[in-house]
Amino acid sequence: MKKPVLVIPCSGIGKSFGSISRDAVFRVCDELRPGKADTLCLSLLVLGDEEARRKVAGSTCIAVDGCTLECSGNNVERSGGKIAAHFRVMDLLRQNRGLRPRTVTTLDEDGEKLSKILSEKIAAKVDELWETQP
Amino acid sequence: MTIKPKIGVVSCSGECCGLGTISRVATRLALEGSDQTVTICLPLFLAGEKQEHSFAKDHPTIAVDGCGKRCAYKAIEKYSKEPSAGVDVEALLKEWGVEPPKGRRTLDTRAFNVASRIAELLAVKIGEIQETA
Repeated sequence: MKKPVLVIPCSGIGKSFGSISRDAVFRVCDELRPGKADTLCLSLLVLGDEEARRKVAGSTCIAVDGCTLECSGNNVERSGGKIAAHFRVMDLLRQNRGLRPRTVTTLDEDGEKLSKILSEKIAAKVDELWETQP
Repeated sequence: MTIKPKIGVVSCSGECCGLGTISRVATRLALEGSDQTVTICLPLFLAGEKQEHSFAKDHPTIAVDGCGKRCAYKAIEKYSKEPSAGVDVEALLKEWGVEPPKGRRTLDTRAFNVASRIAELLAVKIGEIQETA
């Protein structure tokens, strides 16, 4: 039986980039690919929760990071997860220079647009990884 | 003149349910409502080193947790020092007789109002901690 691909955002709270990572992941898990994609609490994983570690170790993971500190990617790897794909909001901003997200608490129009673009990229990767599962 | 310390507010941002979104939004509202507050991303605090772990040593800190697992509170306690206060959103909602939010990407008006109410509670705690710090 195929397992949902684990998509884990950094959920950074200081800038809009973390909010975009989080919003995009929820779009994928709840709206675009429910059943094929799932997520978990990154902090719970980093705190060493056994169930979270088991889930990560037994799943294909996608890390989604807001800033260059890459908390999601680094922490998933440290917790024994293998990252099959890594998305970075900073890369997305470079590719979409006209979009300038400013708000953090709730996303503004440009933040929503970036989240939508990112979620579609992640969803395509989820499909690809889902197909390669036995 | 007395210089009051800036208060750290650290949210769990739990991705598993809407309670994490409420804790995150409440924390952001508290930060936006006061120039006396600072924050740090919880995963960064957890994975960080001396500089990140000194955050709660440098600032009296309030942990805001979505659920009873209390990741933010435990993380601060483990790597820095016991938080000055803790807020458990799940417990508060039970106390107030409010249903947890259904969505986790965005909060509807009712859930956003709950987050605002928690932000007000945080503002009170921030004031109290500043008075005693």
